[in-house]
Amino acid sequence: MKSILTVLGEDKVGIIAEVSALLAKNNINILDVSQTIMQGNFVMMMAINVPTGMNNRELNEAFSSLGKKLGVEITVRNAKIYDAMHNLD
Amino acid sequence: MNSEQIYETLQMISNENLDVRTITMGISLLDCIDSDSDRACQKIYDKITQKAGKLVQVGQQIEAEYGIPIANKRVTVTPISLIAAASHDNNYVKYAQTLDRAAKAIGIDFIGGFTALAQKGYQEGDRILINSLPEALTETDYVCASVNVGSTKSGINMDAVAQMGAVVVDAANRDYMNNAKLVIFCNAVEDNPFMAGGFHGVSEPDTVINVGVSGPGVVKNALEKVKGQPMDVVAETIKKTAFKVTRMGQLVGSLAADALKTPFGIVDLSLAPTAAAGDSVAEVLEEIGVSQVGTHGTTAALAMLNDAVKKGGLMACSHVGGLSGAFIPVSEDAGMIKSVEDGTLNIAKLEAMTAVCSVGLDMIAVPGNTPKETISAMIADEAAIGMINSKTTAVRVIPVPGKTVGDTVEFGGLLGHAPIMAVNPAESKRLIERGGTIPAPVHSFKN
Repeated sequence: MKSILTVLGEDKVGIIAEVSALLAKNNINILDVSQTIMQGNFVMMMAINVPTGMNNRELNEAFSSLGKKLGVEITVRNAKIYDAMHNLD
Repeated sequence: MNSEQIYETLQMISNENLDVRTITMGISLLDCIDSDSDRACQKIYDKITQKAGKLVQVGQQIEAEYGIPIANKRVTVTPISLIAAASHDNNYVKYAQTLDRAAKAIGIDFIGGFTALAQKGYQEGDRILINSLPEALTETDYVCASVNVGSTKSGINMDAVAQMGAVVVDAANRDYMNNAKLVIFCNAVEDNPFMAGGFHGVSEPDTVINVGVSGPGVVKNALEKVKGQPMDVVAETIKKTAFKVTRMGQLVGSLAADALKTPFGIVDLSLAPTAAAGDSVAEVLEEIGVSQVGTHGTTAALAMLNDAVKKGGLMACSHVGGLSGAFIPVSEDAGMIKSVEDGTLNIAKLEAMTAVCSVGLDMIAVPGNTPKETISAMIADEAAIGMINSKTTAVRVIPVPGKTVGDTVEFGGLLGHAPIMAVNPAESKRLIERGGTIPAPVHSFKN
């Protein structure tokens, strides 16, 4: 399942490293990464491949905790929600 | 990955209160009809708990995977006046209690369908259900009730209008919150996922998933970027925003329908405010340009908003339905409450606004000593607007015993609080006492 992981907040050392480490620990592959500043916010986005059958609630809770530790907001959402809202196919 | 699009969605969800307001499963109870009311109630309980047993769980799974809040999970059923009529019971409170028990067993937020459709006259079940309403609403927690008293096709049943005024007063005297769960309609729709007026029409499939999406905060935010620009630009901005929000509803609805092995019905895109800051239809109207909702120009702004919302939603999903437009429940909208408190918004203006938007006089607290005929007359006025304009209108008015203009009443939770609004003191008694039927308008004859 293709998902989008987003990180919003203040840029600091180690965000990508910590997020990548947690992804690796959960056996989640990174497909694409981008980071930019939007409206003054640091925004990092990763397209990731979440293995089928993974518990989404637990995954979100794990990243939410990591976000709190790093002082940023981290979410993981199925990529279809972004496609549905912005693309007609 | 398109970073800007992803960021826009993030902002909508995190900062602008975008949510799926409800996933509502419609369940037909036609196959539960039984001449023995105990057997009928058992069949009703079994069918609801079996068909919608996983509704809450599926909703939570979608929330977790897609990160979109789903505020309510609800069930609507076939109007109970039709289901219970065969039992020849003289009171349908037992049916309401059965719905309540089923709702609690499956963990949903509301169940709608304690309903009578009496627009062209009463069958016996309609009469009994309406008589049962005050007690049924008092004895249950999650049951929502509605009565359709008029339609463009058949006119207005003024006997039902008169009776509903008395029902509202009786229900208020038992518990003023009762009337927050009771809607009186003209041109009620059969696939409405929103409460308190939702029920499952007889022409609907056995079960169906309907979705209600909201997002006044998203529309307001989008409009902040087009300050001072012509109305065409405003309308276009609302349409684009409504399109995106509806697409999200279409996705969530189809996911829920697949997971529950149920046909997907409609998406109802209605800007439904909550008492939370930044989730207000009044603020959208003020962003369009009126200094405070209720002043001159409000009706024009609302007409454009309502129409643009519908247009934006139409292409975004396979079937648009329900009410789709802008809701203006006073107690659930911080901007509306402030306008009433400041004296800018009154019932007369709200009535005008209901001619151009979805639904009608909604969540309006009035003095506890308001005569039942005055409430009936308010219902008649709204029904007339709906009948002539071929649109749904409704009344959800809340007399609060012991309170008068200048007082405030707390409803709690999503229902917010409301200042008691003044009603016109001149009587409407003779009008209501006439009873009978207001004939259908000339433009109803299209055959």
